[in-house]
Amino acid sequence: MNTEIIELTHIQVLLGYVFILLVFFILKRQSIRREKELFIATLRMTLQLVLVGYLLTVIIENPHPLVTFAVITVMLGFAVFTVFRKFKGRLSPSLKRVALFALPSGSLIALFYFIFAVIRVEPYYNPQYFIPIAGMIVGNSMTGITLGIHTMLTRFTDKKEAVMEALHLGATPMDASRDIVNDSFDAAIMPTLNNMLGMGIIFLPGMMTGQILAGVSPVTSILYQIGVMLGILGGVALSTYFFLVLGYRTFFNSEAQLKTML
Amino acid sequence: MIEFHDVAYKDIIKIDNLVIREGEVTCLVGKSGGGKSTLLKLLNKTISPTRGKILYKGEDLAAIDSVEHRRRVVYLNQKPHLFPGTIKDNLLQGFYFQRRKAPSDEALQDVLEWVRLRKPLSTDVANFSGGEAQRLALARVLLLDAEVYLFDEPSSALDDETEDIVLDTVVRCVKEKKKTLVMVTHSKEHARRHADSIHHMHEGRLQGGGKT
Repeated sequence: MNTEIIELTHIQVLLGYVFILLVFFILKRQSIRREKELFIATLRMTLQLVLVGYLLTVIIENPHPLVTFAVITVMLGFAVFTVFRKFKGRLSPSLKRVALFALPSGSLIALFYFIFAVIRVEPYYNPQYFIPIAGMIVGNSMTGITLGIHTMLTRFTDKKEAVMEALHLGATPMDASRDIVNDSFDAAIMPTLNNMLGMGIIFLPGMMTGQILAGVSPVTSILYQIGVMLGILGGVALSTYFFLVLGYRTFFNSEAQLKTML
Repeated sequence: MIEFHDVAYKDIIKIDNLVIREGEVTCLVGKSGGGKSTLLKLLNKTISPTRGKILYKGEDLAAIDSVEHRRRVVYLNQKPHLFPGTIKDNLLQGFYFQRRKAPSDEALQDVLEWVRLRKPLSTDVANFSGGEAQRLALARVLLLDAEVYLFDEPSSALDDETEDIVLDTVVRCVKEKKKTLVMVTHSKEHARRHADSIHHMHEGRLQGGGKT
């Protein structure tokens, strides 16, 4: 069997855009007003990937620890900014500070463990490994923490009476918030767990597919994919856990009183 | 036991002086919106005064640990919340929060009898009526054997006959155990019948009252 990589020409890539035309046609026919979003999403995806492709080529060909860490910092900054923007006006300054700590620290612990203990890359800052793996861990941690924040904010509103009742019965803020924290953690890690359940049967994950397309043996790709999935689960779990165990405290003052009561 | 000195909470409450004596039943009466519930919350440290000082057994309430205080001075909300589960789960909830040894099933049955809730401990509370929920919450609080009980309209969802029986029993139990009870009630008759002191509240201020 020929395992040589098929290099795509510009014409071949352009042929892929036929699907955009297909979606455009469906939107028009059904009078769904999403043409503008379709156009912007297509343009942004194309430009962003082309730019990042060239940028990664330069970075990988000229590896330097400062450059690798600068890229990771930008990734984390963008992830935190995306979370803040999603909950615009709903996050208190103290909750923002917690998110600013939790997302980077949870992601970085999982990332460094993966790089140093699992893959053991030499040199450790090798951008070919460091950057794509960081992207997957940070991206998933951002999704997880977003779900965790959403659930926590919703539950503290919906379950205010339960929290108050618990406080009246002599509960500490931690005990009074335990169900909320647990529900939020559950909501945050559930998509990752579902992903793990379906992996290899319902779908082949992107990274593994990419490696196979690039000519890597499926067995090697699978081992990488297993490792990365575990790293992602670790990143999501740690980021969300840090956020929740520190975040619930921001709903109470130093007198163990629920702030919404004040 | 509890003293208010020039206490205010936002513009809801302003109390120059109030003394609640140990082992007595104190009733707060007055129209709704008069600040009675807010006063109970101040006593339980669910909220803190924006001005003035509250003393509990001579100690400034601000210096007392809030969680420890709430375990000694328990508050029963007018519309109590039941936790999902059975009657027994709800009765033991306070013991779980306070890391205390759970009482026997016999003790649980006894307290249910005080509030006239004659149902098995394994009954799911999901479909409880307002009256049943209020009686279970009352039993849950009584079980905790606190120093002070703060009841906010503890029988508002009960019919007249049950209200009389439950309040009579509960107040008698509290007095027998030499506990302190502060109760908000809409009923002047209940206040007269049970209280050692009655205080009238109107627009956040005490308007007379005292020993009965």
